[in-house]
Amino acid sequence: MLEIKDLKATVDGKEILKGINLNIKPGEVHAIMGPNGSGKSTLANILAGRNGYEVTGGSINYNGHALVDMEPEIRAREGIFLAMQYPIEIPGVSNIYFLKNAVNEVRKHHGESELDAMDFMKILKEKMKLLEMKNELIYRAINEGFSGGEKKRNEILQMLLLQPKLAIMDETDSGLDIDALQTISKGVNSLRSAERSFLMITHYQRLLNYIQPDFVHVLARGTIVKSGGKELAAQLEQEGYAFLDNAEAI
Amino acid sequence: MATKEIEQLVAREYEHGFVTDIEADTIAPGLNEDVIRMLSAKKDEPEFMLEWRLQAFRHWQTMQEPTWAHVNFNPIDYQSISYYSAPKSDADRPKSLDEIDPKLIETYNKLGIPLREQEMLAGVAVDAVFDSVSVGTTFKAKLAEAGVIFCPFSEAVHKYPELIKKYLGSVVPYRDNFYATLNSAVFSDGSFVYIPKGVRCPMELSTYFRINASNTGQFERTLIIADEGAYVSYLEGCTAPMRDENQLHAAVVELVALDNAQIKYSTVQNWYPGDENGVGGIYNFVTKRGACRGINSKISWTQVETGSAITWKYPSVILQGDNSVGEFYSVALTSNYQQADTGTKMFHLGKNTKSTIISKGISAAKGQNAYRGLVRIGPAAENARNYTQCDSLLIGDKCGAHTFPYIEVKNPTAKVEHEASTSKISDDQLFYCRQRGLSEEDAVSLIVNGFCKQVFKELPMEFAVEAQKLMEVSLEGAVG
Repeated sequence: MLEIKDLKATVDGKEILKGINLNIKPGEVHAIMGPNGSGKSTLANILAGRNGYEVTGGSINYNGHALVDMEPEIRAREGIFLAMQYPIEIPGVSNIYFLKNAVNEVRKHHGESELDAMDFMKILKEKMKLLEMKNELIYRAINEGFSGGEKKRNEILQMLLLQPKLAIMDETDSGLDIDALQTISKGVNSLRSAERSFLMITHYQRLLNYIQPDFVHVLARGTIVKSGGKELAAQLEQEGYAFLDNAEAI
Repeated sequence: MATKEIEQLVAREYEHGFVTDIEADTIAPGLNEDVIRMLSAKKDEPEFMLEWRLQAFRHWQTMQEPTWAHVNFNPIDYQSISYYSAPKSDADRPKSLDEIDPKLIETYNKLGIPLREQEMLAGVAVDAVFDSVSVGTTFKAKLAEAGVIFCPFSEAVHKYPELIKKYLGSVVPYRDNFYATLNSAVFSDGSFVYIPKGVRCPMELSTYFRINASNTGQFERTLIIADEGAYVSYLEGCTAPMRDENQLHAAVVELVALDNAQIKYSTVQNWYPGDENGVGGIYNFVTKRGACRGINSKISWTQVETGSAITWKYPSVILQGDNSVGEFYSVALTSNYQQADTGTKMFHLGKNTKSTIISKGISAAKGQNAYRGLVRIGPAAENARNYTQCDSLLIGDKCGAHTFPYIEVKNPTAKVEHEASTSKISDDQLFYCRQRGLSEEDAVSLIVNGFCKQVFKELPMEFAVEAQKLMEVSLEGAVG
């Protein structure tokens, strides 16, 4: 599904990613952990096609396409979803209007008929119930005046609606209390299937207790320094990233 | 009014005795007293109307074009403009749509406003101005039942001279300003509305203006009077076909609200803005003013301005009656080389008068957008209130937004609030939308529509939809 080979990238001329290799197959859940400034969010943003990041080497192959050549909206319609670390506010644009537009753009891209208001509402209600979201949130402007937790729920709501092939979550767990974390995890887990892959970026093992990964990677100073199963996350939680310094010393 | 009087007026010979080809469809370019006499004669106007026009013309000759607006354009040669143009076969005014030239109907259809469908579906009475003469007026019967007068201005001059004499120029005097004075001298046609005491107009009144003949300045004159306790909602919409040359458009709109009356005036303005190189386009120099003359009266202006090469327009309210309310909701978009200097004036004269100003300016490409607003609280306006919110949105880095608020307070009990903001569509907002599958253009129009929401929600439903579409069309190609 996703093959990243020797990916190098700069931000403002500064090299952040220094040769990332990562393979994600359909149905797999990968977690990327690592200290601040290691390049985790950069990787997520490059996959989604955000401006301001320059790929200087390597390749990203997504289902047979060279990802860097695709516009962000095409990537989105082709199934790449990024749950953002800091969801942006868009004043005056109602959440429900935005969600319906997004869903229908993706459906159109796949040659499916657009959902009308009634059908969309039915699906929306169902997903919101799963995430225990307050009804009024869908009528408010996008993320405007939402609490941190509400914003993150709104991200996962969009993920549930858009049914991506590759869901990337950029520190979705940050700033969430334990109840919210559980609810959101429930939503994410409901999406897990043999065709759908996940890439979770997080600082903490906490999230991985609820959404169990198949693989854990440690990103440090722009490269993946260690990969393993979910037990790696537990080890990191206990020992911290101190081993990185030792590894370098060797 | 007595039929006799009308007949007398219609039958009366034109007194000033000059010879001209009344059959001509267009008066040759140029402006002098003879042209005004000819124009008035073509419309078979009563003498008071001609006198008024001539007074205005004489005064206009003493005036200078204003230069204070934040706009630039080449000087206008007023002698090169033709001041009258009528559709073909004007001799017989059509009584119904069936009598209208099929070509006109076809043009309307191309513009997406089929009169017949509107008549049937929308329940809106349409007074269609094609060039300078009204050619189709609908729903008259239903309005007449309610006692509402809604007719071309030229017809009102004949049928309701008392009302015209009483109210014409009572809000915008013929001496008011350069363009309003010019309009007073040469106005072509427009709408006249009178809502009698206690009547709530049973439908929204709508006029679509079009400029279609070449090289013809258009000078509409609209007068709306809401008598005591009356209510009316009036819609004005414009689109103009592609044009090469600059055209002057200097309209005057006067509103009068008596005790407990309410007038809601909504405009979607989409005159030809010129091409992407700034060639052509309409000069829209308009004077719009309402007088809240009675107690508890209310006047609301809502405007969506996306067209014209240059817009110079300040719909204002004179808050004379105690407890009267004035509102101004505006979206002005400038793209390519468009220039807009627009805003409002709120004159608080009566006690407990209240005004609200919400202005949203959007600049894209090389567009220049200025908000100019005056809030004046007179010495007798006890407890007057004003709230002004003035937001600008920039798209790209070659456009400009300017804000010129003027506040004059002469009563210590007044409360005046002014908020202003300038923002850019952020890359983060665009990315967020695109990450969810929206194209960049759709994302921009989504964000812009969100920015304008406060104003759009003041528009009648079908107009709000039209306004949103208009924004999308106007922003095409403005990004990237």
